[in-house]
Amino acid sequence: MDAIYWPSFFFFLFSGLACAFAVAVLLSSNIVRMAFYLVLSLGATAGLMFLAGAEFVGAMQLLIYVGGTLVLLIFGVMLTSQERFVVMKTWAGDWVKAFLAGGALLFILTYAAFSIPEWRGIERAEADAIVAQPSVTPIAMGLLGARTDDPSRSGYLLPFEIVSVHLLVVLIGAAYLARAKRSRSNIEKI
Amino acid sequence: MFNLPLANMLTEPVGVAHYVTVGAILFICGALCMATKRNALGVLMGVELVLNGANLNFVAFGSQYLRNDANSLGLDGQLMALFVIVLAAAEAAVALAIALNFYNNHDSIDVDRADQLRG
Repeated sequence: MDAIYWPSFFFFLFSGLACAFAVAVLLSSNIVRMAFYLVLSLGATAGLMFLAGAEFVGAMQLLIYVGGTLVLLIFGVMLTSQERFVVMKTWAGDWVKAFLAGGALLFILTYAAFSIPEWRGIERAEADAIVAQPSVTPIAMGLLGARTDDPSRSGYLLPFEIVSVHLLVVLIGAAYLARAKRSRSNIEKI
Repeated sequence: MFNLPLANMLTEPVGVAHYVTVGAILFICGALCMATKRNALGVLMGVELVLNGANLNFVAFGSQYLRNDANSLGLDGQLMALFVIVLAAAEAAVALAIALNFYNNHDSIDVDRADQLRG
């Protein structure tokens, strides 16, 4: 019996947390609890990203997703909760159909993933020989258009600019959509 | 049939297939959330779960620890995951604005009430 390979142990720990809280999001009917379980599931996924060597993406997942997007969602929950907390239940037939379709899809995807030999993982000695490289500088240079890892590939300057302008436009549009409408109630009063 | 390497799961490194399985579970939970929840914000949380599963797959296919060969995505996977995170933030902002408008107009967040285009 070999010694425990600790990255695999932490992979199973974090993947178990992420999957369990994702199922909890699905099964819970209380919207506040759903938001809390979603925070935990996304945090565990950030741990999985750290384990895969993508520490910058994992940190951004924690900062933007958990710290920004989910706070936005929780504000939405607070702004739309009724005075007596209304629980909207799903009908049982919908659950049965959903679990049939989801179970079939999960079986097919898992079977397909494990039927490819290259995806089964590398040997332990091979994994020990890999030298860890920090990914922050290559990602920053790639976003600025210069690839440090493979100079023959092109960088991501144009998509970066497009996504930046897109984010600005979307935030202005969201603020415009969500503004308080006074004109309609004034017209009704007149 | 399956031939899962259950015996050496803790002593050998995990591979891309394990990450893809976790991503598939997150994706299916999100898709079922979108299909079964009646609260519009629950549907939005399902969308977040789906995007998160896609992110995990991008990171796994780009990781050098899981698949140490020339066919891995390399840095492209991590950059794609970053773009997905930014787009998810933008999508959440717009969807939240639409949900607030819907709540203002209908006094409810139940998506079954959104039947104004009913044929």
